[in-house]
Amino acid sequence: MSIQVKNIHKQFGSFTALQDVSLDFPTGELVALLGPSGCGKTTLLRIIAGLESADGGQVLLDGADASDTHVRERQVGFVFQHYALFRHMTVFDNVAFGMRMKPRGQRPSEAAIKAKVTELLKLVQLDWIADRFPAQLSGGQRQRIALARALAVEPRVLLLDEPFGALDAKVRKELRRWLRHLHDELHITSIFVTHDQEEALEVADRVVLMDHGKVEQVGTPEQVYRHPASPFVYGFLGSVNLFHGRVEGDAVHVGDTPLSADKVELDHGAEVFAFARPHELNIVVDAQEARGVAARISRILSFGVTARIELDGAAGQLYEVELTREEVGHLGLEEGQAVRLVPSRLRVFERSAGGAAPAPVNAAPDWEI
Amino acid sequence: MAGATVLHGSADHAGRFESKAATREPALVKWTILAVSLAFFAVFLLLPLVAVFVEAFRKGWDTYAAALVEPDAVAAIKLTLTAALISVPLNLVFGVAAAWAITKFEFRGKHLLITFIDLPFSVSPVVAGLIYVLVFGAQGWFGPWLSEHDVKIVFAVPGIVLATVFVTFPFVARELIPLMEAQGREEEEAAVVLGARGWQTFWHVTLPNVKWGLLYGVILCNARAMGEFGAVSVVSGHIRGLTNTMPLHVEILYNEYQFAAAFAVASVLALLALVTLVIKAWVERRAGGAGHD
Repeated sequence: MSIQVKNIHKQFGSFTALQDVSLDFPTGELVALLGPSGCGKTTLLRIIAGLESADGGQVLLDGADASDTHVRERQVGFVFQHYALFRHMTVFDNVAFGMRMKPRGQRPSEAAIKAKVTELLKLVQLDWIADRFPAQLSGGQRQRIALARALAVEPRVLLLDEPFGALDAKVRKELRRWLRHLHDELHITSIFVTHDQEEALEVADRVVLMDHGKVEQVGTPEQVYRHPASPFVYGFLGSVNLFHGRVEGDAVHVGDTPLSADKVELDHGAEVFAFARPHELNIVVDAQEARGVAARISRILSFGVTARIELDGAAGQLYEVELTREEVGHLGLEEGQAVRLVPSRLRVFERSAGGAAPAPVNAAPDWEI
Repeated sequence: MAGATVLHGSADHAGRFESKAATREPALVKWTILAVSLAFFAVFLLLPLVAVFVEAFRKGWDTYAAALVEPDAVAAIKLTLTAALISVPLNLVFGVAAAWAITKFEFRGKHLLITFIDLPFSVSPVVAGLIYVLVFGAQGWFGPWLSEHDVKIVFAVPGIVLATVFVTFPFVARELIPLMEAQGREEEEAAVVLGARGWQTFWHVTLPNVKWGLLYGVILCNARAMGEFGAVSVVSGHIRGLTNTMPLHVEILYNEYQFAAAFAVASVLALLALVTLVIKAWVERRAGGAGHD
């Protein structure tokens, strides 16, 4: 089933949770709603489920307006962040709950319910704990039971609210992969909310980035990571180095020196933010180098395949560079050494007037070098 | 049940503290505190309780039995049980409804409602009784209308039941509100998303989660309903065999210097209280256990 939301607006007192949000979730896709806490992603999910009502706008399920449809008639499966399993019921009864609550005419027989529950517990690989109570399960097991329970009523869409938020890192990673696998098997339209960019990029077909109640960007994981549409998206998806600069001639300058020789098509004198990922910065040890910004190496962390180098810039700015360990050896880098940082790839956003930090919404043109 | 779980939690806590030399209090402190509280308990709680039974049996078993089978005493016991039997279920329903409204819905005047639930606790029972006399009594607001239609409320059984309901109203709601607030709405939301109707959600999800707290509240409510004196005394009119509850009957007997009979009836009340305490302890134990598994 496809889901559309149109011009959704939601206010909690004086706090605007959602501001004119319009989105399209095509059938069969797994979409991540990604953003920092308080960005409105969970509210949007709850509005789609019907657990919260919007102050304005529409929710269309399969093209039909669902704004007045009661939650129990929407046929959505909802998985709560803290599982919300019925604590006084066994795992079996939890999963069977939805089927047992059906009106007498539509209710399957106990035998059919038992067959279905067993099938679902097999699907989530937990058929051996049917008689236990939720309190006797681990967090990962509870979350999988919650998912089985949601699937038992054969929902048309599956909504997951921070499904792995309360789990430890290792279980999280396993469940993430497992959820993707499950989705490939069932092909049920699914939306999940997360604040973990790695989770969103790894699991979802498409990612919706939200901030301050607005949609910042929609795209495939690769699109949003490679071509972030705003400073917010750039900063949110992974580590980033930020340069405050100004366009002089046609290159970005930081202070008196050009950051890189490449040209940008922005007006002379425009104030800009320039971003580079850690692997997009080169370290130049040559003291004669005229480009880039000056920095001093404060730490070299070289325990992985790549080495991470932390540097202090002028005015207390911090930089992070990722190099291979060979490069570190080749350049002969040492802690305390003065170097210059030259970006190999730079994303430039025009700074909105008066804004000291990256503006949340960026309507200005931006250029990739 | 909030109280129940706290009790059990502190017991574990105390055990942990006691077992370690680093956190253990000096023996002198421990035994002093223990002695003070035990002495207090013995003088102010145990002694009177024992006295009730000793006085009741002072003139022998026959006098004791005679005091209890005497028609007025039987009528008083019956009336007390009737009042409890009507007011407890009523307050069960009111309490659940009030707790439900307060914890599951947002509405104007919520804080006012919470305050009003406590009113019977804060107001003197005598005032509570007086309210009913002023409203339903012969000179009260509805007095003339009631006497026209031949309905007796004050100085009759309905008045006693009303006063009892008023005085015992907060017990169930007070017990449930913190419990239901702590549990939140998530399980109910999950039930609704899974297609459960309002009644099904209540019956299969909400009620099982609060059942021990509810039972605890009902027990306290019942104890107060049977023991209430002040409010009932005002609306009763003290008509022997008709509008005397057990506490009122005890007072009358005592005022007539029938000490043995007075203590005999009082011992039945005390016994009811003890049974209630045993049930309450059992519920606490079960509730504490349910919280752990």
